[in-house]
Amino acid sequence: MASQEYVVRTRGLMKQYTMGNQTVSALNGVDLDIYRGEYVSIMGPSGSGKSTLFNAIGGLDKPTSGSVFINDVDMAQLDAQELAYLRCHTIGYIFQTFNLIPVMTALENVTLPTVFAGMSTDDGIERGMELLNLVGLGDRYHHKPSELSGGQQQRVAIARSLANHPSIVLADEPTGNLDLKTGTEIIELLKHLNRDQGVTIISATHDLKMVDVSDRIVWIRDGVIAKIEAREDIELKIGEMEGELAH
Amino acid sequence: MNSKSSAPPSRSEIKRQIQLPFRKAVEISIKSIRIRMGRSIITAGGILLGIAFFSSVRMSAMFADIQNEITKDRKARIQAGTLKPTEKDTKLIAASAVDAVEERGAANRLKWLSIMGLIVCTVGIANAMLMSVTERYKEIGTMKCLGALDSLIVKLFFIESCLLGLIASALGFVLGWLAVSVVNLVVLGLEAFGLPFWLGSVQLGLFAVAMGTALTFVATIAPAIRAAQMPPAAALRVEI
Ligand SMILES: Nc1ncnc2c1ncn2[C@@H]1O[C@H](COP(=O)(O)OP(=O)(O)OP(=O)(O)O)[C@@H](O)[C@H]1O
Ligand SMILES: [Mg+2]
Repeated sequence: MASQEYVVRTRGLMKQYTMGNQTVSALNGVDLDIYRGEYVSIMGPSGSGKSTLFNAIGGLDKPTSGSVFINDVDMAQLDAQELAYLRCHTIGYIFQTFNLIPVMTALENVTLPTVFAGMSTDDGIERGMELLNLVGLGDRYHHKPSELSGGQQQRVAIARSLANHPSIVLADEPTGNLDLKTGTEIIELLKHLNRDQGVTIISATHDLKMVDVSDRIVWIRDGVIAKIEAREDIELKIGEMEGELAH
Repeated sequence: MNSKSSAPPSRSEIKRQIQLPFRKAVEISIKSIRIRMGRSIITAGGILLGIAFFSSVRMSAMFADIQNEITKDRKARIQAGTLKPTEKDTKLIAASAVDAVEERGAANRLKWLSIMGLIVCTVGIANAMLMSVTERYKEIGTMKCLGALDSLIVKLFFIESCLLGLIASALGFVLGWLAVSVVNLVVLGLEAFGLPFWLGSVQLGLFAVAMGTALTFVATIAPAIRAAQMPPAAALRVEI
């Protein structure tokens, strides 16, 4: 692991959803510190608040209370332009449903963040091809998402998330829509990026295959952190965890 | 390790980087219309038909006026003895003399039809544009995740709606104009295509295109602003 500097910190993070007269508490005070260069998996049963935490850390939704610090900057203090800059340059996002733009080719999808970053078209295309090659899809650059398999689409999404050299890649169940083998390949790719490029990876997941590559696992239940384990502590307890997830 | 994370950019640097030049926005919009050509044609079709209907109603009203003028003029000249009435004239004059009441009724009907045309056109355009924004909520959310400002998204839809509205309204007017003109060419003959016709056509054309573009713009920009202001998480969650 790299320096012991925090890249993400959350303090007292709460999120309530109000629908009509009903209030659902999705996060009930989450304090989480993530080191630069770490690979962190956020695990927990369905409905425990993983996606809500993902949205809060990524600045995709405002928490009801509490703070998120990215590189020691309080996200609540950012104006619209700084927030857009943060999403553009500092954080890369990967979703369970890939969220590629269907009418654009793989290359256009990967290049889009460079357009928002103000990069010239030529530089953007060069960067896009470099990333598509990195994820092993250099020869599929002109294909639309509908012409690619799920695993290939997720590779394109990973390439896109890296377009502007983010220091954090946030993923919400990146293997959720993929079969075992494809999922393993995606996890290996993420680990590879984490190790070789020093990108901090934070991934919400149900997928126990993630445990192998994670530096730490954050267990979340009913909107609070139940426990945090380092990989060394849990390597031999996978069977036990299967039981845990089934709850 | 990433070099960027150690030196956070200044505010002005952020502003410069995140603000796309207008030319680039136009480029993206044109591309956006082109790459979803099928969908664009359907959307434009809604606008086009609305404007074509409106234009054809207004054109019919205009021809009715022109025909009236011609009949009146000929009648005057026949009475003054400077024009020898043809069979057609006698019929026309007889018809117009029979009931001025019915004529007023016809004018009223055309007025109502024009208002109907306007309503059909407004609803058609609003419907087409609302759909085309709504079906792109997810895309809007994705673009915001990738660093697009709210204002950029609104700007893209603004340019796109103006281009689409302009092209579709112009084509719609030409369609309505052509259809009614051809019919009246057969019925009334070349005589009806004098200066009043051309003046009226230009006036109606400008009005129809301006109105179609403005309606398209208004119908697009309201839902686009709403979508752009949503937090990305909410926009991504929208399923249609
Ligand atoms: N937009 C929303 N409106 C209302 N309630 C919501 C919304 N999003 C999430 N919730 C609720 O918040 C709680 C946490 O949801 P969240 O999506 O964060 O869970 P999750 O851990 O990601 O689950 P899963 O593993 O199934 O994806 C759930 O009870 C859910 O019903
Ligand atoms: Mg989830």
